[in-house]
Amino acid sequence: MIVRILGEGQLELPDDSLDDLNVLDVALEEACETGEHDAFAAALTAMLSRVRELGKPVADDYLGPSDLVLPSADASLAEVSALLTEEGLIPG
Amino acid sequence: MGMGKRLSLIIKSKANKLLDKHEDPRETLDYSYEKQLELLTQVRRGVADVATSRKRLEIQIQQLQTSADKLQAQAQQAVAAGKDDLAREALTRRAAANAQIADLQSQHTDLQAQEAKLIDASQKLQTKVDAFRTRKETIKATYTAAEAESKIGEAVSGISEEMGDVGLAMQRAEDKTQQMQARAGAVDELLASGALEDATSIGGPKDDIQAQLDSLSAGNDVDAELAALKAGKSPDAIASAPAPASEEKQS
Repeated sequence: MIVRILGEGQLELPDDSLDDLNVLDVALEEACETGEHDAFAAALTAMLSRVRELGKPVADDYLGPSDLVLPSADASLAEVSALLTEEGLIPG
Repeated sequence: MGMGKRLSLIIKSKANKLLDKHEDPRETLDYSYEKQLELLTQVRRGVADVATSRKRLEIQIQQLQTSADKLQAQAQQAVAAGKDDLAREALTRRAAANAQIADLQSQHTDLQAQEAKLIDASQKLQTKVDAFRTRKETIKATYTAAEAESKIGEAVSGISEEMGDVGLAMQRAEDKTQQMQARAGAVDELLASGALEDATSIGGPKDDIQAQLDSLSAGNDVDAELAALKAGKSPDAIASAPAPASEEKQS
């Protein structure tokens, strides 16, 4: 499974880490929807450290899409919200 | 649906738009490559813009530091002359200058980080663009249009995602640079207004604190001469005797 952290690049993670990440992803999404800045920052930090811990960087000349894309470590809640609504994507 | 998935979908939908553009999928390769080169040029320009803003901040920090040092010296001078109110005014202005310096320094750190990120992003993108060109030529040489279609998908969506990421990094750097430029303009105005002006510069205009300090010294000279006259000394003796105020003037 390939995961991209925006501004950092892609990491390859074992497929079985998905369950692990899903728990963190739920927390991240909840924080994003309720608009709680501190909870969002904490959830994002937890998620990114887990991804960095589990994954190893892919080669720079790798040309493939990612299965997951995560915001950069210093992204604010407002920036991420703007990204999510940009294309009129229906949350769900 | 999770956040990571949603962000992936946004970026993929952008990639698909790029893919749908052409009848012959092999044209998509050339089109995508052209876009990649354009983006690389933009990123390099972005790096140069951020560097320019960073240098401007450095000059301003330097100017403000000079003002703060000068105000510190003036405060000491004022205290030596027994003018506490003047010293307080100088220290108040120095505090304002120091607050500006601290603010600019944190922005400077921020800009440096943006610059480093953009440089890193442009290097990564360059590597991927090179890899894409190689892949593109292989696909075009080896496969018929119909066969190429499936091969192109992965290469184009992979690089499109990278382009989306780099595009975001650039947007961010541009926003920061614009904020910084507005800020830098305000600091330039503050410096030009003379509120924190360097009064000690040769031939430069004197600020009010310096003017008061100078008049104090001059006043002391006159007082000393007056005192000497009263003591019955001749004007020659006064001229050769070291005036007590002239030492203060040097300090």
